[in-house]
Amino acid sequence: MEAKINKTHREGAVLFSPYDAGSSIKKALEVGRENILFEVRESKIKGRGGAGFPTATKWMLVAAAKADKKYIVCNADEGEPGTFKDRVLLTEYPDLVFDGMVVAGYTIGAEIGILYLRGEYIFMLEQLEDYLISMRQNNLLGKNILGKEGFNFDISIRLGSGAYVCGEETALIESLEGHRGEPRNRPPYPVNTGYMGYPTVVNNVETLASISKIITKGADWFKTHGTEKSTGSKLFSVSGDCKKPGVYELPWGTTLNELIKIVDAENTKAIQVGGASGVCIPKSQFDRQLSYEDASTGGSIMIFNESRKMLHVLKNFMDFFVEESCGQCTPCRIGNVKLLECVERIEKGEYTFSYINSMKDLSRTMQVASKCGLGQSSPNPFLSILENFKDEIFRSKENGVSHA
Amino acid sequence: MPDTIKRAPVSQQPFKVEKPQDLNTIGGMISIEINEKKVSVPLGTTIYEACKENQIHIPTLCHHPDLCIAGVCRVCVVEVEGMRTLQASCSFPITASIKIKTTSELVRKARRNIIDLLLSEHHGECYACVKNKNCELQTLAQEYGVDKMRYGHISAPIHEVDNSSTSVIRDMNKCILCRRCVRTCIDLQEVGVLEAISRGDKTVIGTFYDKSLQDVICINCGQCINRCPTGALYSNDPSDEIWQAIDDPTKHVVIQTAPSPRAAIGEEFGQPPGKSFTPELNTALKRIGFDRVFDTNFTADLTIHEEGTELLHRLKKALVDKDESVKLPQFTSCSPGWIKFIEHFYPEYLDYLSTAKSPQQMFGAIIKTFYAQEEGIDPKDIVSVSLMPCSAKKFECNRPEMNSSGFKDVDYGLTTRELGKMIREAGINLPELPKTGFDEPFGEASGAGLIFGATGGVMEAALRTVYELVTGREVPFENLRIEVCRGFEGIKEASVKLENVLPDYSFLEGVEVKFMVAHGTANAKQVMELLKAGKLSDVHFIEIMACPGGCLGGGGQPIPTSEEIRKQRAKAIYAEEEGLPIRKSHENPHVKFIYEKFIPEGPCSELSHKLLHTHYTKRGRYII
Ligand SMILES: Cc1cc2nc3c(=O)[nH]c(=O)nc-3n(C[C@H](O)[C@H](O)[C@H](O)COP(=O)(O)O)c2cc1C
Ligand code: SF4
Repeated sequence: MEAKINKTHREGAVLFSPYDAGSSIKKALEVGRENILFEVRESKIKGRGGAGFPTATKWMLVAAAKADKKYIVCNADEGEPGTFKDRVLLTEYPDLVFDGMVVAGYTIGAEIGILYLRGEYIFMLEQLEDYLISMRQNNLLGKNILGKEGFNFDISIRLGSGAYVCGEETALIESLEGHRGEPRNRPPYPVNTGYMGYPTVVNNVETLASISKIITKGADWFKTHGTEKSTGSKLFSVSGDCKKPGVYELPWGTTLNELIKIVDAENTKAIQVGGASGVCIPKSQFDRQLSYEDASTGGSIMIFNESRKMLHVLKNFMDFFVEESCGQCTPCRIGNVKLLECVERIEKGEYTFSYINSMKDLSRTMQVASKCGLGQSSPNPFLSILENFKDEIFRSKENGVSHA
Repeated sequence: MPDTIKRAPVSQQPFKVEKPQDLNTIGGMISIEINEKKVSVPLGTTIYEACKENQIHIPTLCHHPDLCIAGVCRVCVVEVEGMRTLQASCSFPITASIKIKTTSELVRKARRNIIDLLLSEHHGECYACVKNKNCELQTLAQEYGVDKMRYGHISAPIHEVDNSSTSVIRDMNKCILCRRCVRTCIDLQEVGVLEAISRGDKTVIGTFYDKSLQDVICINCGQCINRCPTGALYSNDPSDEIWQAIDDPTKHVVIQTAPSPRAAIGEEFGQPPGKSFTPELNTALKRIGFDRVFDTNFTADLTIHEEGTELLHRLKKALVDKDESVKLPQFTSCSPGWIKFIEHFYPEYLDYLSTAKSPQQMFGAIIKTFYAQEEGIDPKDIVSVSLMPCSAKKFECNRPEMNSSGFKDVDYGLTTRELGKMIREAGINLPELPKTGFDEPFGEASGAGLIFGATGGVMEAALRTVYELVTGREVPFENLRIEVCRGFEGIKEASVKLENVLPDYSFLEGVEVKFMVAHGTANAKQVMELLKAGKLSDVHFIEIMACPGGCLGGGGQPIPTSEEIRKQRAKAIYAEEEGLPIRKSHENPHVKFIYEKFIPEGPCSELSHKLLHTHYTKRGRYII
């Protein structure tokens, strides 16, 4: 699989365009903190990890916080099913990512950066460590970076152990502190009480890589890509029923129709946008745009053609959540089990519509009452698949057939 | 392994908001809206607290006043205008002018759904449960009008009940994963036996390698039981065996009652905390059928003699003989939870413990030896029961070394809750009973023995006696109240100077006796770390109780518990003691009698060592 991903045609206007290692750090040190913050804010970049929070706001909060220590954490947990774009960035563009971390560290006043690497990515650990050594040799890390008196910064890499929920930023911090990876209550947010209780910025790999480009090429250039509200371009990890799966850099605003042409997909019935916790979009809505304001995603795009049974697809997702819920809060821990049960009962034809409605009602509770994004979004595929594919799923019952 | 166990995973300290000293300064108070009513609350108050202040009851399950916030059960969610999701009111600090809705449709539906979800996985048969009518889940279901099991109901238990422990039983079929027990064990007590294991739908509360409770480093304090909202944790109840003994005409069944249960048992009968029912309880016990009812305070007085003498011996060896092998400070040994704690966590410091048995065990030994002899009863026919506030007492009475007469010193440790059940079973309404005294020959006990029930009590009792023994004068405190020993501060420290001492104690002239009092094993751990670091070399005597508040907060006491309730119980104990005629252990005539008649060589003599002292076991942290 790896060979295939790496062979996939990837030209891109922003991230996958030429870059001189270290150049964003150099520029950042020249222009100073205020100007970096200004540039990042002007670029209107939002987080690439899924939640889409404005990066500049996050940075400003930590930059303004009064604390003895601050941290920048790069979230490389990449656990959302169907996402593999951070892997490409880390293996082929570590300069963009690490430079972005140094810039962030300089801007917010951190001396330590931590890369939280997905456990399954241990294969790239040595290569990344080697890269960090070379950065230290070139004084891109260490003391008085690039001669900037008093700017000390270094990066360490920590490995996760394979829990999806550890991609959630507060669970990630818990895990870094040596606890069970379980999300915290917010407030307080990590920008206030993060790693070891200090103000912490957690950013996705791609967000930090984009920062390197914004700093070197400017916010105005960045904004020439994408839409008004979703600026820049995005890496999409495309998998499923298509001839050219892989990682693509496309401007925000690309429609699903355009996307399936690019990846050469045929007879497409549905596209799951945003991974397991995203929504499932039917063919009739393929004119929708990939963007924060329309079909939002941290990068995962899964394509399903006419041969796929959507109930089966849904069951897979619900199985995933039942297992990957951290298990601390009631709506998610038990709710997902009930939703999975519901899918199984639909499969067997053992349901009434009032039962289905009570499950939709439960989904709504999970969305608003769960403690973290996992439980808040796990009903998404349940609701969107049952809604968008009701003809396919419930047809069998009406015909008196017991198989969906 | 680090020495200080870290906090429980879900535990969160409340959001630190810098509050202005003076709430009247701008920003000190924040005006908010609760259900369209404008109110003003101090900055940083949680939504839950704000609602409580304004007479709105928000349901909770994982929240407990003694514990860090967790925000896991989610039944306390409320709507905050402008926020996408509902917020857990127990953990949400108010820092801005928010508008809160506590009963909107979204909130009502969410709460009801959450309760229904919990019920679907809770295999509890209410009528067969120890917590029937005192279960927070049951109450919630009732308050929220649960009328059917909307999400089904688990039909059979799926977890084996762990009843391996002499003290604490765990039935995970009733567990709702609120993690109060985990937070109690890790944060409050810093023992760390219980932890959430696995994730998702497999999440359970378990132990190290999922071993049974008897095979891990549980100290039996039962604090987890006191905070469990359901019946998933309860104590190992011997009341059936006790009933059988009472029914058996060949058995002579005696019971000793400790002070704390007497100050709390009223709560089992709907009384507010803070009232002692000692004489009514005596009547109830007689009516149930116990042959004799004794007061554990009697052996508390005896403990003071033994432990006080031991301390004076140690001081003499250290100060006069310059014996460097003498271990000081001397630690009290009355609390079996503390004993097991030190055996597991600080086994190299066991020599610092007083070798005196706890009052329960001393009484046990005396009943089956001197009392049996005096009354002409074969000790094998005596069934000795002790009413204790404590689940660890059950473990203590089963220690193999506790058999001075050749039989178990104490046969059954019964908790306040368990006795409450027996009294109800007997059709007795305790508060309305007439009053009776304790039985001879141990009828009277001193107030000093009584205050053993509150943290600092043993120290206060010991000081009253030791000071007077050494100087010939009463302790220099008004009405014998040694206030420095009282109150719920985690670790207390003070000293008294010995001046103009009696000739026998000339080696103590001018000595400043320093002492400390700690309650709760988290505080005990801090004391032990100080000792380890060599910072307690000038301290002579330390009282430690395993439970928060001392025995009155024990793991066998009525549920619920909170600092407020524990304070009330302490009040009851101190009030009762001031009314007693004898308030110093050494003035107890029955104790004098025991020594004269049976242990003429006096405290810490060979015979007293055989009967009234014990030894400890180096257990360590890893049980293999
Ligand atoms: C269950 C769950 C899993 C997540 N997994 C990831 C992940 O693997 N990588 C990631 O960057 N963000 C993940 N997030 C989002 C993070 O919580 C956080 O919003 C993000 O790291 C912030 O970075 P950004 O602002 O640069 O996007 C996850 C969120 C949830 C709720
Ligand atoms: S929503 Fe799920 S994953 Fe998130 S805290 Fe609750 S149980 Fe854990």
